[in-house]
Amino acid sequence: MQKLQLLQNQYNPTSDDIFYHIVQAPPDPIFGIANAYKADTSSTKIDLGVGAYRTDEEKPYVFEIIKKLEKEIVNDPTLNKEYLPIEGLADFNKGCQKLMFGQNSPLIASGQIVTAQCLGGTGALRVGFEFVKRHIPGDVYVSKPTWSNHNQVIERAGLNQFEYPYFEPKTKGFNCAGTIECLSQARMGSIVLLHVCAHNPTGVDPTEAEWLQIADVCKKRRLVPFFDCAYQGFASGCIEKDVFAVRKFAELGFQMIVAQSFSKNMGLYNERVGAIHIVTSNKDISARVLSNLKIVIRTICSNPPAIGARIAAKILTDEKNFNAWVEELKTVTGRIIKMRTLLKQELDNLQVPGNWDHITRQTGFFTFTGLTPEQCDLLTKQYHVYLLRSGRMSMAGITSKNVRYLAESIKAVVQKK
Amino acid sequence: MLCFKVMRNFSLWSSVPLGQLDSMSGVVAQYEADDFPQKVNLGVNTYRDNNGNPVVLESVTKALQMVREKKLDNEYPPIEGLQSFIEAAIKVGYGESYYAKNNKNIAGCQVLSGTGAVRLGFEFLNKFVPSGTKVFVPNPTKNIHPIIAKMAGLQSQEYRYFDPITKQVDFSGLSEDLYSAPNGSIVLLHACSHNPTGCDLELYQWKQILDLTKQKQILPFFDMTYQGFTSGDLEKDAQAIRLFTEAGVPIILGQSFDKNMGLSGQRTGCLSLVCSNEKEKLIVVSQLNLIARSLWSCPPVHGARIVETVLNNPELFKLWLCELRVMAQRMKKMRVSFTKALKDIGSPHDWSYISKQFGMYSLTGIGPAQIKELIEKYHIYLLNNGGISIAGLNESNIKYVAQAFHEVTKHNFI
Repeated sequence: MQKLQLLQNQYNPTSDDIFYHIVQAPPDPIFGIANAYKADTSSTKIDLGVGAYRTDEEKPYVFEIIKKLEKEIVNDPTLNKEYLPIEGLADFNKGCQKLMFGQNSPLIASGQIVTAQCLGGTGALRVGFEFVKRHIPGDVYVSKPTWSNHNQVIERAGLNQFEYPYFEPKTKGFNCAGTIECLSQARMGSIVLLHVCAHNPTGVDPTEAEWLQIADVCKKRRLVPFFDCAYQGFASGCIEKDVFAVRKFAELGFQMIVAQSFSKNMGLYNERVGAIHIVTSNKDISARVLSNLKIVIRTICSNPPAIGARIAAKILTDEKNFNAWVEELKTVTGRIIKMRTLLKQELDNLQVPGNWDHITRQTGFFTFTGLTPEQCDLLTKQYHVYLLRSGRMSMAGITSKNVRYLAESIKAVVQKK
Repeated sequence: MLCFKVMRNFSLWSSVPLGQLDSMSGVVAQYEADDFPQKVNLGVNTYRDNNGNPVVLESVTKALQMVREKKLDNEYPPIEGLQSFIEAAIKVGYGESYYAKNNKNIAGCQVLSGTGAVRLGFEFLNKFVPSGTKVFVPNPTKNIHPIIAKMAGLQSQEYRYFDPITKQVDFSGLSEDLYSAPNGSIVLLHACSHNPTGCDLELYQWKQILDLTKQKQILPFFDMTYQGFTSGDLEKDAQAIRLFTEAGVPIILGQSFDKNMGLSGQRTGCLSLVCSNEKEKLIVVSQLNLIARSLWSCPPVHGARIVETVLNNPELFKLWLCELRVMAQRMKKMRVSFTKALKDIGSPHDWSYISKQFGMYSLTGIGPAQIKELIEKYHIYLLNNGGISIAGLNESNIKYVAQAFHEVTKHNFI
């Protein structure tokens, strides 16, 4: 009633009517930190917030192979600059399938994988969950904790969500028994959101044996695996090993959904390069699934942006480019692993109270430090170290120059009474 | 060791029916597969020059060169996109003088072209307008408009727009339908180059809709996909925007740079809402960001960097205006020539509406049987709704197309 009253008065030029009742939305937990860091004028500030790679000089990094290929594409007069098909660039999609499922996966040849280009990882997740809502609606189980945007995407897609106890704070490891227990109580046909590798925010991944246990409970409860793969290459440093879970589940005959992002592993953050894969039981069903996936995509963006996918396709479908990319990726992931080692050394040298083994045990971009929200606030306010209040630290923001200051700051907040 | 296989004859997706998409996609595929030398694509959805080729604008090429010279990184932009692009888009959409006075009140967000603008806009409205508020869309409109409304949780209803007999706007029908809409309804309006009919409103008609808007507290949502591409004049094409905003009506505007900059592959658009003051604008932007974060996290930057460069560089902007005029004038010329060719051939029907319209599309009223004949006998591809894309016509094919149209329609009333 009040809203209607406000609307009726809307053309009074002195009133704040139509949007009067709208309240400020909270800043995004991750982008908000990035903004706060940008605004900070301290010379010792460290950005460990958003998961974006930095060099040892604290600079953003554009892959050399990306620069080379972008130049080729821009200077190619034969390239069609027009709309891509709704499902995106065919070469890109094929390349994504091979990277995810393996060059010689029989599922590719049999037409059981439906693939569409999406707007980064977020775009793939949203398309996937919208598809789920429309065609196989059910409860979604997400890890506790998970990437903050997962909860928002699932909610906006209109699905209910529950948590499975993923992270064990005592061991700072994967809570396998708790996860299996929880999933075995899930309603049949529920969807389980699983991080393929380099779990965000914890950096803790199941072992191969633990993945088989997860597969077992998914089979028993007819749960639909929905894999989120944003860090292929960043966990073990080996791109094949990192997607063990997806390939294993595929081998075991699961029908499932996979969201794939190239934001981090190709450094294509701002061109929104991703893909969704839906694994079906035969190619006739694949055709029906694709036609419906296209409807979901059509109503979000009509068709995806071209440049990022063209660059990625050139990497994924050309052996020379692919090898160059893999080498460069190893350098990038190698630096992150080195920073983990350095930070642990510094913390040990400074005899910072607590067990910091998890820093080198966890994998990928992030470490779940175990710092409390209050300690994180203090780290930020007093020491200008920016991280998430959950204690998640992006290791890519650590450098050989700032690692000692970081360790000293951590020591200070841990020791503070 | 656990070892098992999931049952292979169980299909998770067995209940998924075949999805039906709109009229465009099938046509393009058929045309591409056809090897008839005189084939004509009148379903093309981007500009073609007189040789039937897509055009990369010189202003865009130069802008891209300038962008590349800056050697920018690939970092995530803010959720709302590039601020410099948003400002430039709002400036060209709302006009310099309105922008100068009011830019602090306009909440803007970079989106994935026109579709993205409608999706983000409708999701935002669904969250904040009173529940049960309907979106009124013209009959006909782009196929996806009512589908996106549904996806966003809004009910949609049609208002009369096109009279298939006169092939003009059914303005009395439109007025009646909008007048009887509930107060506070959202009304989707095509600013120019109405898709799919090509029939645009005259200024005096816009003024009457403005009065109706004020009376009924309507929330106008403008879809402006073809600014500059319609008449060649940015201001003329945005005349409805100028009229409504200068009258103090808070509008919602979706802009696309697909067609007018030939950047269709890069998906560059802007959604903006006119707020009462800066504080409100910041609040609205924060809410738009919340929704955008779960749709795409942040938009792609390539196209936005190019558009922003063209709009902000005086030389490139001038060059772009010339190129816009060339495209718009060619399409107008084709409209006039096509009408004349049909008249010269001796068609019994009145095709003059085609020459009176502007922009990409016309709705001919040609029926399914005739569309089939045009494809099978003449290899001329129309849209399934009888619509034609004027950009597909050129000096080499216009007589052939006119002849074919005459043959399939001479005995049939359309």
